[in-house]
Amino acid sequence: MASDDRKLPRDPTPIVGAHTDIAPLGGPKPPHERTADEEPDVVDWERLAGSERFRALLKAKRRFIVPATIFFIVYYFALPVLIGYAPEFMAKTVFGPVNLAYLFALSQFFVAWIIAALYVRAAARFDKMAAGVINENHGSDSVS
Amino acid sequence: MTAALAMFLGFVLITLGITYWAARRSRGEAAYFAAGRRITAWQNGLAVAGDYMSAASFLGIAGMIAFNGYDGFMYSVGWLVAYLTVLLIVAEPLRNAGKYTMADLLAYRLNARPVRAVASLSTLTVSTFYMIAQMVGAGALVKLLLPGVNYETAVIGVGVLMIVYVVFGGMLATTWVQIIKAVLLMSGSIFLSILVMKHFGFSFAAFFDAISKVSWTAADGTQVTRNFFQPGLLFKPPWGAIDLISLGLALIFGTAGLPHILVRFYTVPDARTARHSVVWAMILIGSFYIMTTFLGFGAATILTPGKISIENMAAPLLAAALGGEVFFAFISAVAFATILAVVAGLTISASTSFAHDFFTNVIHHGRERRPGEEVRVARITAFVVGAVAILLAIKLRTANVAFLVGLAFAVAASANLPVIVFSIFWRRFNTAGAVAGLLVGLISSIVLIMISPSVMGMDAKALIHGEPIFPLRNPGIVSIPLGFLGAILGTFLRREPRAEARFAELSVRANTGLGAEKATTD
Repeated sequence: MASDDRKLPRDPTPIVGAHTDIAPLGGPKPPHERTADEEPDVVDWERLAGSERFRALLKAKRRFIVPATIFFIVYYFALPVLIGYAPEFMAKTVFGPVNLAYLFALSQFFVAWIIAALYVRAAARFDKMAAGVINENHGSDSVS
Repeated sequence: MTAALAMFLGFVLITLGITYWAARRSRGEAAYFAAGRRITAWQNGLAVAGDYMSAASFLGIAGMIAFNGYDGFMYSVGWLVAYLTVLLIVAEPLRNAGKYTMADLLAYRLNARPVRAVASLSTLTVSTFYMIAQMVGAGALVKLLLPGVNYETAVIGVGVLMIVYVVFGGMLATTWVQIIKAVLLMSGSIFLSILVMKHFGFSFAAFFDAISKVSWTAADGTQVTRNFFQPGLLFKPPWGAIDLISLGLALIFGTAGLPHILVRFYTVPDARTARHSVVWAMILIGSFYIMTTFLGFGAATILTPGKISIENMAAPLLAAALGGEVFFAFISAVAFATILAVVAGLTISASTSFAHDFFTNVIHHGRERRPGEEVRVARITAFVVGAVAILLAIKLRTANVAFLVGLAFAVAASANLPVIVFSIFWRRFNTAGAVAGLLVGLISSIVLIMISPSVMGMDAKALIHGEPIFPLRNPGIVSIPLGFLGAILGTFLRREPRAEARFAELSVRANTGLGAEKATTD
């Protein structure tokens, strides 16, 4: 078959009713007519990464995540450090027989939960900003 | 004992039913590896908790508190706080930019074949070590809880069940086994905590008072009285404090690098759900570890260390003392369910990594030769991994393998986390850095554990006879910086323009979820 094809070029007349290389007026362009810029799956990542909205999103995220991470790491490691190097201080009883060491350990749970709750609240804002970045990308598709 | 057997069989039947349902329901790759990405936030939260809280935490920490008081509770704290690293840094970028495994995120802008090969090696190492520790624990547990069943039968039983769940039911069945286990574990712990408080007439004052003066008759006949709120009963100078810090580092940075936890975030529809599922998991895991106070201190005060024959049996023995035969049976069944859910999670993450990273992407350059090949390879791998774990667990039955869990966390923290963090946040990071970071972290943790007191020792039980060369049980404080250093030095070895050029794409994908894998529809 392959050798026959080479000798006899295929009939160039289009089949009636099939997609031809001339797009019908009005409707969306068929895939083979789109240029790279019009392809909906192709995203200009560089342009998005440099966009105002995306930079604002990164900045907002960094403003929350960096201090929160530093805080929880310092707060957590304060526990073994204090127990290891200031055992008398941690042995101080606070109410009844309950000492500072136990209360500090227990407080870790609540601090972790509070940081998680604050993050979820902040992240709802990040989600909105991220949606803005994505819309900007889709918006540019329809324009070009 | 028959009650324990009946409850355990009940759990097995229910989970096999779920596996049958999951096997009929799942079609295709995303269904097998990621449960179709249709798990909801609370379901995934329960499943993460079920995947994470191993027998080591349920039985191990309760026993550690029962014997060492406060220092045992120190463990509990780290297991929860670790999830802040998962929540703030890893979960969402991973969900947004990956497909099935941790290596997907790394391979995004790096040279896929070397990175995937090494990441797959690290995943298989972590999962296998962790799994052997669980299986040996399961075998030992069965001997105590069901005296009629021997060690080999128990190990083979656990191994065959986990293979069945994973091979036939894939991620969907594994997820539901983990969810059921989490519900059982939580309800068992709540009930046991209530019984402990009832013993003290629901008076915290009486409970705390008892904790501050636990007294028992030691093996040599002397009367011992200790304040169990007092730190320092387990971690003693000169290395105690540094060992604690080192353990904390491995927990805080290792959890976010555990492959079987990371793959769970691919089972949800989007990054927002992944985030909420971490919060659900934190609520469950935190509540559970606060309850270890009741379980552990309860066992210390009500049973006293003198009457607990084996440290890991503190929780079941406490259940027997407070709730009688039936409750003992229930807690024992919970312990089995705990082990099964964890080993199933480990098996599926190991087999996914081998099939997706190594077989398809390293050997076959990212192309499936036949549709469905990747899933078939994963099923075969799950079978092989399970069989190897059964054989190793039977071989190592008398060895003390508790250090393997610590090793898994150390490898995850020293090898996996540095490269995950750098590939998301550092533009200059490249293939050489990823390979160097993974290998340095992996090798340094294994070598340091091998020369630590966990493996080396002067007594007969030690795996290697000799004076320990490295003084700490937990290598994290040395191996984690080494892992980061390896990744940094490797990166500066050469420039990789393609990796730097694709940083923009990864950054936009990871932070916005644009182009992320969608949930399946059928």
